[in-house]
Amino acid sequence: MANPDLALMAHLMRRAGFGAPRAELEARAAKGYEATVEDLLNPQEPPLDRNEMMRYHPWTWRPGTLPGMGAAEWLHDLINTKRPLEEKMALFWHQVFATGVSKVDHYDDVMDMIVKFREKGMGDYRELLIEMAKDPAMIYWLDNCDNHATAVNENWGRELLELFSMGVGNYTEVDVRECSRAFTGWTIIPKLPRGPIGRHDWFFEYREADHDDGEKTFLGVTGNLNGDDIIRIICAQPATSRFVARHLYNFFVADEAQVPAWSVTPPKDPEAVDLLAQTLVDSDYDMRSTLRVLFHADFFKNARFARLKSPAEVVVGTLRFVGGAEFPAPGIGNLSRQPGYMGQDLLNPPSVEGWHTGTEWINSGSLMQRVNFTAELVGDVNRPGIQDLMDRLQAQGVRTPAEVVDGCLDLMGPLDVNERSREGLIGFTEDGGDFSWDSADQVEASAARVSELLQLIVATREYNFA
Amino acid sequence: MASTHKDPVLVVLQLTGGNDYLNTVIPYTNPLYRDNRPAVGIPEDQVIPLDDHVGFHPAMGPMKTIYDRGDMAIIHGVGYPKSPRSHFRSMDIWHTCEPDTLGTEGWLGRATRDIDPNKDNVLTTVSFGPALFRALALPGVPVACVDDLDNYGLLPGISEQKQRARILEWFAHLYAPAVGTGPVMDYLSQTGLDTLEGADILKEAPKMYNSTVAYPDTPIAKKLKGMAQVHLANFGTRILYCDHGSFDSHSNQAGMHSKLWTDVSAAVDCFFDDLKEHDAGDNVIMLMFTEFGRRTHDNGSGTDHGAGGVAFVLGEPVVGGQYSEFPSMKAADLEQGDVVPNHDFRGLYSTILEDWMKLDAKPIVGGTFEKLAYLG
Repeated sequence: MANPDLALMAHLMRRAGFGAPRAELEARAAKGYEATVEDLLNPQEPPLDRNEMMRYHPWTWRPGTLPGMGAAEWLHDLINTKRPLEEKMALFWHQVFATGVSKVDHYDDVMDMIVKFREKGMGDYRELLIEMAKDPAMIYWLDNCDNHATAVNENWGRELLELFSMGVGNYTEVDVRECSRAFTGWTIIPKLPRGPIGRHDWFFEYREADHDDGEKTFLGVTGNLNGDDIIRIICAQPATSRFVARHLYNFFVADEAQVPAWSVTPPKDPEAVDLLAQTLVDSDYDMRSTLRVLFHADFFKNARFARLKSPAEVVVGTLRFVGGAEFPAPGIGNLSRQPGYMGQDLLNPPSVEGWHTGTEWINSGSLMQRVNFTAELVGDVNRPGIQDLMDRLQAQGVRTPAEVVDGCLDLMGPLDVNERSREGLIGFTEDGGDFSWDSADQVEASAARVSELLQLIVATREYNFA
Repeated sequence: MASTHKDPVLVVLQLTGGNDYLNTVIPYTNPLYRDNRPAVGIPEDQVIPLDDHVGFHPAMGPMKTIYDRGDMAIIHGVGYPKSPRSHFRSMDIWHTCEPDTLGTEGWLGRATRDIDPNKDNVLTTVSFGPALFRALALPGVPVACVDDLDNYGLLPGISEQKQRARILEWFAHLYAPAVGTGPVMDYLSQTGLDTLEGADILKEAPKMYNSTVAYPDTPIAKKLKGMAQVHLANFGTRILYCDHGSFDSHSNQAGMHSKLWTDVSAAVDCFFDDLKEHDAGDNVIMLMFTEFGRRTHDNGSGTDHGAGGVAFVLGEPVVGGQYSEFPSMKAADLEQGDVVPNHDFRGLYSTILEDWMKLDAKPIVGGTFEKLAYLG
């Protein structure tokens, strides 16, 4: 039976990060759950050096629109960060404020958003909203650069309410209009034409002359409202804290319905969403305080394997487990395309709605990609994480197929699989009889069999749950 | 699965990166072509003339043979209003038929749903490439996604075939539906078994295949050969999709564009020869398109992103010839320096969907667009 402290720590690290190698789990479990939560919320390790990627892969500095290359830097960070929750929150906000290079046409600008999420993602949500309202990629993505005093464009105004703060059903079409009016003049400079392979950087600019400073009435508040007033009013709405809370629940706890269905589908766990929403209100939208409450809640601790991993979690989590991706070796561009092959093209979500999550991650093509990509990694006995697993199995002296299967499931998670799956894995392993670790030849033969078992384990349905 | 009558089959070859229209179907007698292409223009004596106005790039010899057989429709000036000149956005527009908003449903995903509403065949549509093209994406519609037909399926890394067969047997065992595991596990079960079934069927295709056609050793030839194998295996596949590229010839266009068209022309020629040898070409057409044409005036060594482009529809059932018109290259008629499309790509799709696939195009492409008569 798996060590319960270790299993809980593995759960926390899968959710608050992208999993951790066994030695790290053991060290964290020794420090304790609460200390680990605090360390995740207030990381002491330094951030990664953004110049490192540039040194080895200069094209990541200005990737233009080269597919796969723009996300290489981020993938490297996701794998190697020593501040896992910060990076996980960057992914969280990227899935909420879904902005894509398909339209922005400039990886740098979308990557700049990730850097903002990293810096502000665990702070005050209201500040983050203001930051997004001024973000050049966002402004272009949702056409706020075409939102003029004389000709209102409602794209940003609508999505701010529908997807970024309150959710459908909590405002009227008049509110959308008034909200959009308040954001007239929030635009970008310079608007240089495209260069041959990409365009130039943009910067936020507030143009007084293009701002509609007439009286507006938004959600019952009347006045000469500007964009920051709108965000203040939005954040005073109970709907907003509930909406953000539900996003947190969906991302960190268990799969919810897709976002567009939230107005008509009650939350899976209304009490959990209430608690998170109340914490947001009580803490003045401090994400750090809210996450602390979330990670300490029973509904979180009991939600082990209650969500399907996103492609980013599959790719990054498996790479962290097997190790060997610490140096940005050639091939990082190809590696950064892998989540896309599984349906999550990082920095390029399919629309402002973001990715559909849960079972919608899975189709026959993406499932095959998940299985094949992860099986190839765990089948590579030269990877440090796999060597470590073999050493530990050998040290434990596991001999029967059941012991080996249980040992592997434990060292890979601990992973929970249902009893039928466990029996299947044992059945597969029984073919070669008991394992021996007494001579070099025996170790090699045993390792080869374990290697195949690991490939079958990552191919199970259960491996797709986090 | 094999049907006695021959259902219409559509093969799509996407020329990714923006193929240069003006150097593909060259207006070689138009002085404006010479004026605009001082660096990358093809000398008149190298052009393969189709008529007194246009001719093929010199690397497209085999395409000329197909054209002369009457098996190729050239559709001039294809595109849509307000070309965004961005690869991603333009390709999205082609894939989703949504020029104004961001669409997520692929036009051929919708077509697949209409062809096989009950999902009877996991191989109705087969995509060749590492990831699903957005043109084929539609939630709940299974599309087989093949990167390498010779090595296709789950766990290709296990090279010892007996061992792989054994592990896949256990995979099926692990994915067997079980009572009481819940809807998500059930869904994963079904998807896993569909994946396995598709792979099991598809891996037979190369074994069943026998041909005298020698495809060249190029990536596009490998894909088209794989598509021929799937078609000839009679799995009931109706849509096959692949791409080749990159056609993004900003610099050193001359060598790059020649190599691209040498490879594409040779591979396409082999593909149709292969079908003919097996008497299996009379129910297949191929669409070749690109996301946009390139800038009219060259940039000194290549060409930048443009608007209007050229598409090709090939195959025995096609009424060969040239359709639509070559857009004007007069300076006053250009938009941002680009030739302006005069045939909406959704008309191209509508022609294929209705006159070939016998589907209702309107809900798939989102409206009614002008069709042309190259499919009878």
